[in-house]
Amino acid sequence: MNCMACIEYIIIGLMIISAILAVEWRDLLAAAVGMAAVSLFASLLFFLLQAPDVAMTEAAIGAALSGAVFIFAIKRTQRYETEDEEKPGWWVRW
Amino acid sequence: MLKRALAIITLLIIGYWIAQGLAGVPFGQDRMLVGQYYLDHVKAQTGSVNAVTAIVVNYRGFDTLGEVTVLFIASTGVGALLWKRRKERTAKTEGSIVLTTGTRLLMPFIILFGAYIFIHGHLTPGGGFPGGATIATAFLLLYMAFTQYEIPHKAFEKTEGVAGMSYVLVGLIGLAIGGYFLYDWIWQTWGWGVNNIGRLFSGGFIPIIYTLIGIKVGTELSGIIDNMLKEEVSE
Repeated sequence: MNCMACIEYIIIGLMIISAILAVEWRDLLAAAVGMAAVSLFASLLFFLLQAPDVAMTEAAIGAALSGAVFIFAIKRTQRYETEDEEKPGWWVRW
Repeated sequence: MLKRALAIITLLIIGYWIAQGLAGVPFGQDRMLVGQYYLDHVKAQTGSVNAVTAIVVNYRGFDTLGEVTVLFIASTGVGALLWKRRKERTAKTEGSIVLTTGTRLLMPFIILFGAYIFIHGHLTPGGGFPGGATIATAFLLLYMAFTQYEIPHKAFEKTEGVAGMSYVLVGLIGLAIGGYFLYDWIWQTWGWGVNNIGRLFSGGFIPIIYTLIGIKVGTELSGIIDNMLKEEVSE
């Protein structure tokens, strides 16, 4: 395993962590940022896997535009989730 | 709890089944003949150095027309769902000095970079969709920085329509000259740019179609941002 593969595995790990955080965070603004982070790491990974055109599209649409659209939607509705039945985190719900 | 356990067991069985099915497929090896065919013939048949955009626009041009149509339908859907009689921008706080100054300085360069991406689609990685999205992010920056800013709607809608129709028109000219829709008449009939492969003025109709797609995607995504941002104003 050379070092390039290490970087790819680190990026995949960061993607998984930010995806879990985006689902779990109650603050929807933070969740939108977490979702944009997934796209950003995916774009890095596309670049490392030698698909720079897909990386550009992913960075522009996934990280910038869809994140902005989510933030506009949160601004119009409400910022925090308020369901009581799913209060504890996934480790308790199990 | 039992339901959850059952769901997990089902998922594991399905996952094992799919993994067994995919175990025989060699990943990362080229088992398809068509990929090597494209790589061998892309320069002679399309005049483009970048094989990816040659496949997207030239060999699979009809699929790209469908993609553009899907994006158009999505933008129309957003417009129809968020339609209100009177919509205005209601933002109160002006952007910070860093944001406004940065926007003023960066905006032309972001648009220039987006235009570069789609004009050089046949030479460098990229093409109409990334270029258009980059241009749309420039307009998003303008919307965030200035409270009063709005895109020129009439001009944008007309540009979008003209760009979409020109794509079909280029395809129809190919139908008239070469016998099938989206025939590359600039390259195959006229032979324009034969001695120029690898420079800007080559690649048949790829740069033309990608410029049209870039303009269309940029205006469409800016329209979606505009629709999402504006709010209804009671009179």
